Amino acid sequence: MDFEDTPEEAAFRAKVRGWLDANAPKHLEPELKRAGFASMGVESEDPLAAAKAWQKKKAEAGWACLHWPKEYGGGACSPIERVIWGQEEGVYGALSSPFIIGHGMCGPTVMAWAKEDQKRRLLPPLAAGEEIWCQLFSEPAGGSDLAGLRTRAEQATDGSGDWIVNGSKIWTSGAQNAQWGLLITRTDPNVPKHKGLTMFFLSMATPGVEVRPIKQANGDSGFNEVFFNDVRIPDAQRLGAAGQGWEVSLTTLMNERLSIGSGMSTGFPELFRFCMEAELDGEPAVDDAAVRSRLAQFAVRQSGLKYTGMRALTALSKGQTPGPENSIGKLVAGATMQELAMFALDLQGQAGVVRDDDAPMDGRFQAMLLRSPATRIEGGSDEILRNIIAERVLGLPGDIRVDKNVPFKDIPTSGRTQATK
Amino acid sequence: MNLDFSDDQKQLQDQVRRYLAEHCTRETVREILEGPEPYDKALYKGLAELGVLGAAIPEAYGGVGLSTLELCLMAEELGRVLAPVPVASSIYLCAEFLLAAGSEAQKKAWLPKLASGDAVGTFALAEGAGRVRQESIRARFEGGSLFGAKTAAPDGSVADVAVVLATSPGGAQLVLVDLAGPGVSRQTQETIDPTRDYARLTFDGAPAEPLGAAGAGWGLAERVMDRAAILMAFEQVGGADRALEMARDYALERMAFGRQIGSFQAIKHMLADMYVSATLARSNCYYAAWALSTEAAELPVSAATARVSATQAFQHCAKNNIQVHGGMGFTWAFDCHLYYRRANALALALGSLSTWESLLIERMRSGNVEQAA
Repeated sequence: MDFEDTPEEAAFRAKVRGWLDANAPKHLEPELKRAGFASMGVESEDPLAAAKAWQKKKAEAGWACLHWPKEYGGGACSPIERVIWGQEEGVYGALSSPFIIGHGMCGPTVMAWAKEDQKRRLLPPLAAGEEIWCQLFSEPAGGSDLAGLRTRAEQATDGSGDWIVNGSKIWTSGAQNAQWGLLITRTDPNVPKHKGLTMFFLSMATPGVEVRPIKQANGDSGFNEVFFNDVRIPDAQRLGAAGQGWEVSLTTLMNERLSIGSGMSTGFPELFRFCMEAELDGEPAVDDAAVRSRLAQFAVRQSGLKYTGMRALTALSKGQTPGPENSIGKLVAGATMQELAMFALDLQGQAGVVRDDDAPMDGRFQAMLLRSPATRIEGGSDEILRNIIAERVLGLPGDIRVDKNVPFKDIPTSGRTQATK
Repeated sequence: MNLDFSDDQKQLQDQVRRYLAEHCTRETVREILEGPEPYDKALYKGLAELGVLGAAIPEAYGGVGLSTLELCLMAEELGRVLAPVPVASSIYLCAEFLLAAGSEAQKKAWLPKLASGDAVGTFALAEGAGRVRQESIRARFEGGSLFGAKTAAPDGSVADVAVVLATSPGGAQLVLVDLAGPGVSRQTQETIDPTRDYARLTFDGAPAEPLGAAGAGWGLAERVMDRAAILMAFEQVGGADRALEMARDYALERMAFGRQIGSFQAIKHMLADMYVSATLARSNCYYAAWALSTEAAELPVSAATARVSATQAFQHCAKNNIQVHGGMGFTWAFDCHLYYRRANALALALGSLSTWESLLIERMRSGNVEQAA
């Protein structure tokens, strides 16, 4: 056992380090380091422009989308090399956030399902950050039950073969900046729900597409609702066969869970620092027995996640596929962050309610408190993740599904269907 | 980056697993649970012959001279099957104390016998209820004689030699006591885990010899208990994994309300959470195994991390294993209670969970925070 690079890995790391040293946008480093919870932190210039500039520079030197083939604008690197890049890129990695959905989820789906000329047209500008993609999956009435989605696509009656889309999507990150979207629709309501879906990609500039920001429960607006009003999509932009959309979506979802689960923060290092500095009954909080017990609980989860990740890296380094243990990442990190935020506020006593500049650590824990409910839902809710572990890792039977063999149009529905006005 | 055991090490683990599947069945454990014997002597001899006992003992002292990494994996296997043998007390503790602080004569006298299973060792620390502190030790070592009493000494009824923490004019002192000598009396104690032996040891002027320097006893005890905690954490992870498997198998087999109970989300989610605990603990244990095998500066933090994590994982998996089994899980005939008993007994061996939680944070505080972060 060791934490050392193999000679090949060390050589790759040295090459990365050398390039970064000569090319990274060092003038942004202080801002990126100071970034608050869940923000890129760039304020001195337009953050999107800064992100695009860095992505372009990386692409020109062959450091964009390291896991993609070269002909599509990638770096053709091994998974472990991609990890080493991420470790070395460090704070500058935050500049990739506008591209995560495209690089991690939409790109792999296009790569797996689009025609060759489409891949050559779409993927290189995506890799280079020139074009941004968004993922149009979740709907107000279809989240965890994604296959229950209701956005309709019907073939036009004018003989063009085009599809006409009506409906709405929700929780779409980056839709306001996106040039392209990956869209899953219902094309046949007369068959069971998983069988009547079809996947498309479309230009977000298509007439009839409207993007509205959602005001979230924590007051921020990081997501959008996207409306489709008689939006016309050429049949050539269909991915997979009509009715094959569920299968196509799995390519995206598997990539979503892989990329979201890796290296997630739990907030522990910040909490530990806070407990070293804060006082409880005139003594450092970290010396209090009850505080120590809670801290230890968080510490072993943080450490367990870290070394679970290293076990996965070990497999990658040996050229193997990591085991199922990585599926615990988001489940543990999300719940830990929420409990940890509540504990940090508890230590602040009555003043814990304050979230302005007077709050300890710039209100980081207050922000975590208000954002963490979303972490436990996005990219697979805690419940869906537990189902996945139970079924795919432990081999337990799937749920009994009352809607499995019922035509979609006969499945009962309810609930609000719009989040923005 | 290599946070995994080697193929050779895994092969050795597999060999131990196969041996135990044959020689440590549920009947073996139940013989000890219900019968008069304090441990399975034939199994213990067999493990000695297989090289388990001497794995981390140098060849010069009758051991096999492998590394602690091999011993970690063997510990995992012993934990899986609740092996009713004195490996922890004899090997993780007594032998490790001798290796850490024994004189050449002490090592020569005892290590070969511990490695061959001809002698059993123990470490006697606690004197009564409550967290053990250096100041709370009452046992006294003076002029070559030991006075005082220790409780819950693991395998105390059968041990031939004991490492005992006592006070002395020069400060905390570890001593080595031949338990066959005069001035020693022992009384087997009824415990929450009758598959293992615990005894009260009383010393009334028992001849004893110093193990390590006077005044160094507490620090030495902490150091060796850190090492033992890592090995025991592997036992705990083995037990947690097995309890999870038992629960999973039962959830697949048991029908209620016209379906497998494993198809109910209440059961599935409970099992998923058990998997999460066991996985976090395993990863923390691998980190600690690395620290142990390299004598890294992170050893104390990693030991406390593995200990806290594995203690919780085994307790969590063992209690929910009973829950998944429902009423059947509370019968004497099912093995669920054996895992529940062992999980809760191991949670106290080497000091309680709260003790280790506090140790972890204290150690992180004194400079190792980056490691755990």
